[in-house]
Amino acid sequence: MLKDFFGKKIKVINLGISSFADDLIKQGVETIHTEWRPPAGGNKKIQALLTKVSNWQSKVTSAKGAR
Amino acid sequence: MLIDIQQANASAVAAIQATQPILKGIGTAIDVVPGMKKNLVLHAGPPIKWGAMSGPLRGAVIGALIYEGLAKTPEEAEKLAASDKVEYAPWHEHDGVGPMAGVGTASMPVWILENKTNGSKTFCTLNEGLGKVLRYGAYSEEVIVRLKWIETVLAPILKAAIPLAPEINLKNMIAQALQMGDEVHNRNKAATSLLIRELAPAVVKTDFPTADKAKVLEFMHSNDHFFLNLSMPACKMMLQAAEWIEGSTIVTTMCRNGTEFGIRVAGLKDRWFTGPALIVKGLLFPGFSEEDCNPDIGDSAITETCGLGGFSMAAAPAIVKFVGGTVNDAMNFTRKMYEITDGESQAFQIPTMEFRGSPLGINLLKVCEKNILPQINTGIAHKKAGVGQVGAGLVNPPMKCFEDALEAYVEKYCKDE
Amino acid sequence: MVISHLIKKQTYFDSVTLMLIGSQVKKLPGIDSTVVGMCTDYNIDSLKRLDMYQSVFDGLTPNDLIICIRAADQKTADAGIAEVEKRLSTRQKQSGSVELPPSTQEGAAARLPDANMVLISVPGEYAAREAELALNNGRHVMLFSDNVSIEEELRLKTIGVSKELLVMGPDCGTAIINGTPLAFANAVRSGNIGLVAASGTGLQEVTSTIHRLGSGISQAIGVGGRDLSEKIGGKMTLLATRALAEDPATKVIVLLSKPPAESVLKSLYAELKGISKKIVIYFIGADPKTIEEQGFVAAKNLEDAAIKACDLSSGKQHKPEFSDAQITAMAADGKMSGKYLRGLYSGGTLCDEAQRILQPIVVEISSNTPVKGCKEMADVYTSTGHCIIDLGDDNFTRGKAHPMIDPAYRSERLEKEIADPEAGLILFDVVLGYGSHLDMASEMVAAIQLGRKKSGRQPLLAACICGTHEDPQNYERQKAILEEAGVKVFPTNVAMVRFGQLCLEGNK
Repeated sequence: MLKDFFGKKIKVINLGISSFADDLIKQGVETIHTEWRPPAGGNKKIQALLTKVSNWQSKVTSAKGAR
Repeated sequence: MLIDIQQANASAVAAIQATQPILKGIGTAIDVVPGMKKNLVLHAGPPIKWGAMSGPLRGAVIGALIYEGLAKTPEEAEKLAASDKVEYAPWHEHDGVGPMAGVGTASMPVWILENKTNGSKTFCTLNEGLGKVLRYGAYSEEVIVRLKWIETVLAPILKAAIPLAPEINLKNMIAQALQMGDEVHNRNKAATSLLIRELAPAVVKTDFPTADKAKVLEFMHSNDHFFLNLSMPACKMMLQAAEWIEGSTIVTTMCRNGTEFGIRVAGLKDRWFTGPALIVKGLLFPGFSEEDCNPDIGDSAITETCGLGGFSMAAAPAIVKFVGGTVNDAMNFTRKMYEITDGESQAFQIPTMEFRGSPLGINLLKVCEKNILPQINTGIAHKKAGVGQVGAGLVNPPMKCFEDALEAYVEKYCKDE
Repeated sequence: MVISHLIKKQTYFDSVTLMLIGSQVKKLPGIDSTVVGMCTDYNIDSLKRLDMYQSVFDGLTPNDLIICIRAADQKTADAGIAEVEKRLSTRQKQSGSVELPPSTQEGAAARLPDANMVLISVPGEYAAREAELALNNGRHVMLFSDNVSIEEELRLKTIGVSKELLVMGPDCGTAIINGTPLAFANAVRSGNIGLVAASGTGLQEVTSTIHRLGSGISQAIGVGGRDLSEKIGGKMTLLATRALAEDPATKVIVLLSKPPAESVLKSLYAELKGISKKIVIYFIGADPKTIEEQGFVAAKNLEDAAIKACDLSSGKQHKPEFSDAQITAMAADGKMSGKYLRGLYSGGTLCDEAQRILQPIVVEISSNTPVKGCKEMADVYTSTGHCIIDLGDDNFTRGKAHPMIDPAYRSERLEKEIADPEAGLILFDVVLGYGSHLDMASEMVAAIQLGRKKSGRQPLLAACICGTHEDPQNYERQKAILEEAGVKVFPTNVAMVRFGQLCLEGNK
């Protein structure tokens, strides 16, 4: 439940702008910054191929679940 | 077709882990290497024709043809090499591997490794040492003389010694060497010493002239890379266990022929995916410049494919000096490789990383998605035949190999998604 | 002029870091233009536009970093490149300690397995998949990224609702969750007022005012500007409000948004009526009566929302920090040297609020983001007549950092407005808090002094500071810097705009 989350310590994964993580760390918030990069180095062709693979794999997973 | 890639890859990694490469003995290529023929030249890397070969590979072919007595002069050998009388094939398609040019022909003695779990075998020639050697494309008389000595003295003595020595499990030996500062690609000092420790008493016990036995031990001792020709076929054997698991995206081969870099993938049986071999960046011996460097060459990247070499650089921080890096850089090279691998080696542990298993099982999908290329640690050959090693450093495969493999994978398994 | 460049292949930095460094290095003497960025289509276009494109850039990808500098001479250009590299490497050293930072969300999760919040500010086209991954792993999401389609937003929020996870955004710049300010947010004390807002600066203004008035915040939840649209149906607003209703730490709930879509309004009111806690609503631009008719407390503006929330929170009456008499006195000695008012805002909702307050009083106001009754500016780069401009809007921020971080364009514009004989009064906001520039007051004052010196003109200047004394910038110092330069400083936008109104009336 969302209300149960209120009042808990937040722990953050930061993806993107690194100063957001710096600010959190300064405040003593447990934070891990990710040196995020665009998937496949921004190569659209590889991204499209990977999407096909992951679509196929989600089918595989749901077919398994159905069994 | 419903294949769970994660499961297929887990089976592939498990098969690699289960392999137990044992040093079985020494044989002559024509007798033991599958498909070996008198006129067949095996070489490092993906398939290549004479016309496309780089300097060191051409030199090695010339030297091998002279060594086999198929040609008398380099000119004659070159003519023969260009004709259809000589056939070429990658070592990788004949259960073997070859360092640098990696040339292997019918009369050459080869190490025989056997997988204790299923009896399968892999092969590799014996390391010739440093300086003017065939694997860097040298073919002068001294090279041929040394090859003949290997054939007539070194190989027979070692062949006789191996059955007298305790069984040598190469996986265990590599694991120990990793604890002693080797990564068994660019640094084999510890592993070579361990091998000598096991073999020396047996060599002494053989019935050969003492002078020859002493020379054999001296020869092994004088060459820090003597073990490379065992670490390579050991890795080859482990990776062969993952071939050709349907649907798996684990990379089972990475190799170079001096012109092209080639990879193979467990779920794409027998197919090569190639791209231009890159120039190795690193430390050059005095007197050489980048102009002198041949593009990346040799089957030794089989060690990286198996989680060793550049993947285990954290175990061999001495290597990172080749690129002017720090010990922390060495750790980071290894840490980065965990991002593109599916498993961690049970046998190969890295002391400086709390004995974490080395990154094992390169996953094609992760390489593509994260755009992180495998890190290879390697020697640099002079682009002219026979000059030898000019340095060592770091190199990556070209992205194209992985992009093409991914495309072929999608074409085979999920093109309609 | 010479052009010097450096290409770093396969080197990724986030756009804010790069744009800030580019803008800092451009200020060095002798440097004419800088482009520091990943090789995206946009940056390539910028290079072409600036006539700095070189044929060697052909074939570079968005994963390659490019540093290109045009300067008076080769030495200066090379020094500029070296400076960029230096700043980048310091950046790397700060973030990359001994341990190699993870490159993916999965890698980060392996290091911090009990992370419960993922803050996403990656380019929009990749943001949704990162958000989905976070939600599937049971983590709340703050989605700072924009350019996320409404279809993706709907999908993400549907997942969020089913798992009772927050999806704050897309394009959500401000939140305070469990006492922690995220992205652009102010340091405020804890208290019993819970907020749900579809506006970032609106949320900053209200939470800061609540703090200065002496009350505190339980949660400040951003939901993104489209949450109460018909398509999204207020999914996050409803989820967050419901949770605040059940949260024992929350006594008063404040809702800030543009007026919701008609269909959403009904279900929202139905939901709110089931809540026993006091609810203050400010639907920006809506008639407060329609809200009061439903039995809720309606606010007239952001300041009013804060005051009403504080009243309910403490049971005591609160007044605006500056009384009307005080503002009137401040305006009495204000003689406008030109006829027109100019507003240079970094906060979008504050810009919006200024237009709404002044529009019924002033004949004609132009804006790049006009509210009902205001005119669209013909040329957003040149002011004519009364203009109230949102400098954080897309046309000013494409390829540049937001004016709350990077004062470069606002400084330039401030100088230009000062020099305009038609401009008699210039209003601007200074937004403090985490995420924002560390010394905006000095940046603005530098521009003011330069503008005055160049043009010899002295238009009236007024600023509002959105922030608290706990913010990293030092509120009092920011105020002092502005006042010393002759800028009238106000605690809220409403007070500043009221000052503007009185000046205009006095100068009629």
